[in-house]
Amino acid sequence: MGVGIEVQNLNAWYGNNHTLQDINLNIPANHATALIGPSGCGKSTFVRCLNRMHETNPIARVTGVVRIGELDIYSDAKPVEIRRRVGMVFQRPNPFPTMSIYDNVAAGLKLNGYSNKRSLDEIVERSLRNSALWEEVKDDLRKKSGASLSGGQQQRLCIARALAVDPEVLLMDEPASALDPVSTSKIEDLIFQLKSQYTIVIVTHNMQQAARVAEKTGFFLNGRMVEFDSTHKIFTNPSDKRTEDYITGRFG
Amino acid sequence: MHVEVKVPEFRVPQAQNQLEPANRRDRNPADTGSGGRSEGHSPVRRFLLARGNSAFTDMGFHWLMVLCALSIFGIVALIVWELLKGSDLAWANFHFGFFYKSYTDTYSGQTSYWDPVNGQFSAVPFVYGTLVSSFLALLIAVPLAIGVAIFLTEMCPRALRAPLAFLTELLAAIPSIVYGLWAVFELVPLLRVDVNPLLTRYLGWSGLFSDDNPTGLGFVAAAVILAIMILPIISSLTREVMTAVPHSQREAVLALGATRWEMIRMGVLRNARIGIVGGIILGLGRALGETMAVTMVIGNTPEIHKSLLSNGTSMASVLANEFAEAVSDLHRSALIEIGLALFIVTIIVNALAQLLVWAVTRGAPSQAH
Amino acid sequence: MSTGQFHFRSRMRRVTDVAVTSLAILATLIVVAPLVAIFGYLLYKGTASLNLAFFTHVPAPPGELGGGMANAILGSAILLMLASAIGIPVGIGGGIFLAEFGRGSKLANAVRFTADVLNGVPSIVMGVAVYGLIVSQQHSFIPFSGHFSAFSGGVALGIMMIPTVCRTTEEMLLMVPHAVREAALGLGVPNWRSVLSITVRTASPGIITGCMLAFARVAGETAPLIFTALGNQFWSTSLKDPIAALPLQIWVYALSPYDDWHRLAWAGALVLIVLIVMAVSLVRFVTSRGVLKGTS
Repeated sequence: MGVGIEVQNLNAWYGNNHTLQDINLNIPANHATALIGPSGCGKSTFVRCLNRMHETNPIARVTGVVRIGELDIYSDAKPVEIRRRVGMVFQRPNPFPTMSIYDNVAAGLKLNGYSNKRSLDEIVERSLRNSALWEEVKDDLRKKSGASLSGGQQQRLCIARALAVDPEVLLMDEPASALDPVSTSKIEDLIFQLKSQYTIVIVTHNMQQAARVAEKTGFFLNGRMVEFDSTHKIFTNPSDKRTEDYITGRFG
Repeated sequence: MHVEVKVPEFRVPQAQNQLEPANRRDRNPADTGSGGRSEGHSPVRRFLLARGNSAFTDMGFHWLMVLCALSIFGIVALIVWELLKGSDLAWANFHFGFFYKSYTDTYSGQTSYWDPVNGQFSAVPFVYGTLVSSFLALLIAVPLAIGVAIFLTEMCPRALRAPLAFLTELLAAIPSIVYGLWAVFELVPLLRVDVNPLLTRYLGWSGLFSDDNPTGLGFVAAAVILAIMILPIISSLTREVMTAVPHSQREAVLALGATRWEMIRMGVLRNARIGIVGGIILGLGRALGETMAVTMVIGNTPEIHKSLLSNGTSMASVLANEFAEAVSDLHRSALIEIGLALFIVTIIVNALAQLLVWAVTRGAPSQAH
Repeated sequence: MSTGQFHFRSRMRRVTDVAVTSLAILATLIVVAPLVAIFGYLLYKGTASLNLAFFTHVPAPPGELGGGMANAILGSAILLMLASAIGIPVGIGGGIFLAEFGRGSKLANAVRFTADVLNGVPSIVMGVAVYGLIVSQQHSFIPFSGHFSAFSGGVALGIMMIPTVCRTTEEMLLMVPHAVREAALGLGVPNWRSVLSITVRTASPGIITGCMLAFARVAGETAPLIFTALGNQFWSTSLKDPIAALPLQIWVYALSPYDDWHRLAWAGALVLIVLIVMAVSLVRFVTSRGVLKGTS
């Protein structure tokens, strides 16, 4: 089961660039939350702060508090431990190119030292089923490399890989932006199914997508969070003028 | 203001393939998941939670890699230390005179530089030989290398480009001993029989090509084999910086109605000149330190003659020839001092070349492969 | 400007253009010629002298016919194994530092620069340094020190491999897409594990061929062995004794007065070249096929 995320006074920098300013937000458990906004508004930076990926860039800096469940991720634990609990799916599908499909899915466990083979088989199958990829790849799990799949399949493989470690939170950074419409709709269906069991945070520049999959939506602009509310409210009756301008297509 | 907001319809999830709850078989249904530490987690999650953060191993690994990287400095330190230590006897005896003095043989009255029997050592003929053979090699190699680079980047049909680039790469990988072998059995006879007489006949008046050496060995032979060896280095680097010149530069010149050569001269060579100089200096560095091939054809005579067809010697070849058999400490120390000089010179030359090449290729798009 | 002048100029320009084009082609031919000559001669002489005895016999005493270079081949193999054991792990480690930990740092730039400069240091100087360290005097902390030995030769070659392996490893690791690293980190894989099992593994075809290239380069090195491994006319497999090596033997034989030995030298050179050509082609194949590009 997923856990909620609580963000207080989050600020982030890239070098001298203040990319996130005073973000405060509560993301509910076991729901999908969408983050929208024009490109460069800080929404990607924001999700990367939720699993401490932001700081892998040497010039990046973060202040503030992020609580995932009851864990303050910036003071109670090391990045490695956080990232084991918070799965991430990136903008471009990034399967490990030298690994088979099976090894790709099992990577998170194997590389963390999990070696029970029987149980691994089970987990791989379940994760692939849950990411709606099982039927397509079950015959060449170990024969084909992850890189040999199509773009949409690769992205679902990446989702399966993230699911295999049984995360509490699933972050998705524009997971469908590099995909064709058919693959995109498959990914959206998937998010719809997964959100009952995981807390999902999805960054998207596609407002339709946000409206389709998410219960909550946050609107980012110039490093600030302008508005955070139920998706229905954001798209029908936004309280901030800038949100309204954005969703009606006046800018961005 | 009336705003018409398009409300996207919410899709009702169809019960397609329901999520398999298998990994949650031992979950307490009452647990909402918010905060439970390890109770109520799936086996996988429990396993991962129990895993340490391996900060210690990470730290160890990091420092091990740093250590490996630092070994590069260690090697330089080792070389410097050993060369200084080994050469201090020669230094104490000759100081800087080692690099300019000559001796007069008491019996014959002839000038001598290198006399292990009497313990008289001077590096002059070796430095002279190294410089003469290297610069002569550059003289031969540079125009050819630039010609090849121009051909490969600007004129060559696409189908020929890869094999030719491969060939030049191969030339760079052939060991020096094989060049030497070929030079001894093929190049030197060729020079002796066909080339040297011509040089003497037409250029003999300059005094640089006198015909008193019947062996075919000597500076010219060394320079030719060196030129062949450093050509690939210079041409591949020249090629690299030339391809790094952006296409817009070429098009700008072509748009003015320039011919191909004018385009190359103004659009490409001018922009790439610093990198080309870097490549030439890199080739020089290689030529200065080249040992085996030169040793096999230069003649190994520690004398200085005006004629380029006469036998000579070089810093690297005297080390190769005499070091293993040097018996007196002073002899060995003098050899090590030559090694030290060679080291310092090549370090400076290579550093200079590297800086020039970096200055050009850094920032350029890395499509220069 | 009159039109006559103009026509003259434009003709001159065209003539220059043609002249330069033909000069460039000529230069290419002049450069290719010796290569073809070297390879042709090597193949011709080498294959003629290559026989089973070359691989199975030790050198015959001067003046006697026959004999081979079996001991030199074995010696080279031993030297190269020792060199690889030293040069490859340390070089790869250094490359990992440059690509994964030190990116953009002053230390990494200094290491990279020094490695490139070190690549240009004459191998004979490397030989002198190792001679000073191991051969010239006995140390309690260095095995087999105080005399010429296979060990010192292997160390000299190994040290020479480090900068090359280090730089190619770095280059190959940099070809691994950043997204792959992020994927591993995103799974909560510890950094060391992600570097070894993901990044290095993804780049491994390139790293292996890079190592082979460094291997092939030092396989042909003669200068650093002259006063470390020294050479040996007899069978020797011991690390503490002088040992024969293919390039050393070629050198000795090439400068000998015996035709039979010259033939052996050619055969030895052919064996060396085959080894090197294979390594270079492999590198070319791997880098051109973009095996490392991975996704998309």
